[in-house]
Amino acid sequence: MGGAQDREQRRVADDLRSVKGEAVREAVEAGVTVLAVCGGYQLFGRFYREASGAKLAGLGVFDLWTEHPGPGTRRLIGNVVAELCLEPGEGPTGGTLVGFENHGGRTYLGPGARPLARVRSGFGNNGRDGTEGARYQNAFGTYLHGSLLPKNPRFADRLIELALARRYGDGVRLEPLDDRLEELAHRAALRLVGRRR
Amino acid sequence: MLAAIAREAGLHPLANPTGSNLMRGVATALLGETDFLGRVRDAAHRLGVFEVDEATLPEAARALAPRVAVFTNLFRDQLDRYGEVDAVAGLWRRTLAELPPTTTMVLNADDPAVASLAASATGPVLTYGIEDTSVAGERLEHASDYRFCLSCGEELAYQAAFYGHVGHWRCPGCGQARPRPDVAATCVELVSERSTRLTLRTPQGELRVDVPLAGLYNVENALAAATGALALGLPLAAVERALGAFRAAFGRQERFQVDGREVLVLLGKNPTGLNQVLRTIASAGEGDGRHLLLFLNDGIADGRDISWIWDADYELMAERAASVVVSGTRAEELALRLKYADFRVEPHVIHGARAALDAALAGTPPGATLYVVPTYTAMLEVRELLARRGQRRPFWEAG
Repeated sequence: MGGAQDREQRRVADDLRSVKGEAVREAVEAGVTVLAVCGGYQLFGRFYREASGAKLAGLGVFDLWTEHPGPGTRRLIGNVVAELCLEPGEGPTGGTLVGFENHGGRTYLGPGARPLARVRSGFGNNGRDGTEGARYQNAFGTYLHGSLLPKNPRFADRLIELALARRYGDGVRLEPLDDRLEELAHRAALRLVGRRR
Repeated sequence: MLAAIAREAGLHPLANPTGSNLMRGVATALLGETDFLGRVRDAAHRLGVFEVDEATLPEAARALAPRVAVFTNLFRDQLDRYGEVDAVAGLWRRTLAELPPTTTMVLNADDPAVASLAASATGPVLTYGIEDTSVAGERLEHASDYRFCLSCGEELAYQAAFYGHVGHWRCPGCGQARPRPDVAATCVELVSERSTRLTLRTPQGELRVDVPLAGLYNVENALAAATGALALGLPLAAVERALGAFRAAFGRQERFQVDGREVLVLLGKNPTGLNQVLRTIASAGEGDGRHLLLFLNDGIADGRDISWIWDADYELMAERAASVVVSGTRAEELALRLKYADFRVEPHVIHGARAALDAALAGTPPGATLYVVPTYTAMLEVRELLARRGQRRPFWEAG
């Protein structure tokens, strides 16, 4: 699930809360693999506090909330490299995640949410605590687009494995594909960090 | 185009022609033409024609107090710099409300984001649009930035879609609809990748002209220029002469002859514009495969966020591309995008504009056309290389 402009985002938020929200929460509890990006990620939190102070309820899939610190504050924009925390037990073990972020809201994780990754370069959830994204069951949230999945093939594989495991049980092995171009794009994005402009 | 019409009408337009469309470009154009007291020389025969970008408009409108303000279209371009399309539309509405009632607004009827600016205008409004729906597609492209009515939020309905969200639109919710244009292209024939035959209906009479440009976006551009000129009181004959002899602006459909190949440079820097460019290349007269050199840079002037390439329809080229070289600071990502588009040929990733151009020319048989599609900063680079190229012998013929 992606994001949109504020106006369109509000339409989606209304629809999710009033019509589809319960089904989405049930699916996540049942272990369905979900990926929510940027505005979609924010909507999966408990609430979004707008610059005006108004509070918009979210779906509450993730124990997190997002605040817009007010007009005139800097949007968090740029290339990101983060270390994935894919397995429970934590610690960055899943390689790197690369992408581009562009968000005004700052997201803070509650005790019930685990970060998806630790920021190596860029802002991530809020530009302060070094976390990026969130994970609960098999639902993943992130600020990174760019596009995300094509140039993060290992993360994409992980999502596919989780979805297959839920349907067919553990032990499903993915046939290796030719992902040289994917890895090339991933490594090129890693090199962007620290590049002077 | 508007400056070219003014020239045909006997004026000496003062313009910022090189795509330098921020306030510094306007200031530079004016500085070159003023005396030491800051007066424009020969002011009675001058006409200032300034292209400004979406975010520069408010400042430029206040500083210049224009007689005519022409709005072409509103597409997502450089989200990281300008913000969302809605935010830009809001900025424009506030600017319009501040303009004096003597300013004539020229608005694109086919773009709902632009046409709806009429409600904020304080002075006269002239609209333009394409009436000939035979050149339209059946549905909106994926890269459509403006799908919902600004007044009531309902999804807009399209009878005809030209490109992006530009077309014959109507809101089923509140009944707002594309206005009947004052200046209209009643017949559009896409003759070739270098020519478009237009019939224009104007308040001053009908006009038939062959414009030496391709792509529906250039039809809209020609309409915008013609309508702007008529709003200024320039004669229809000047419109006809200027459009018929038009030469493309800097890097926006320029041609070069290099080592026996024709090289066509088509700027592609946002999904809607790029889709038009890809369509133009796809519909080019030749039956054989197309030879492509694609650049993706992510400098400030290009937009740091390159995710827009995933919204553009590279799939149009998947079967048609005979050779592809990709280059630029984000070449690898572009190569990956082409893989997802199922290109039959594997793209060569070559860093460095010169090396990439050499390889692309080597992959293009003599007599064939090489299509170069760069982002903005890459366009500046490749254009300079091409302009110098005439004197240089290519490396594969050396020795």
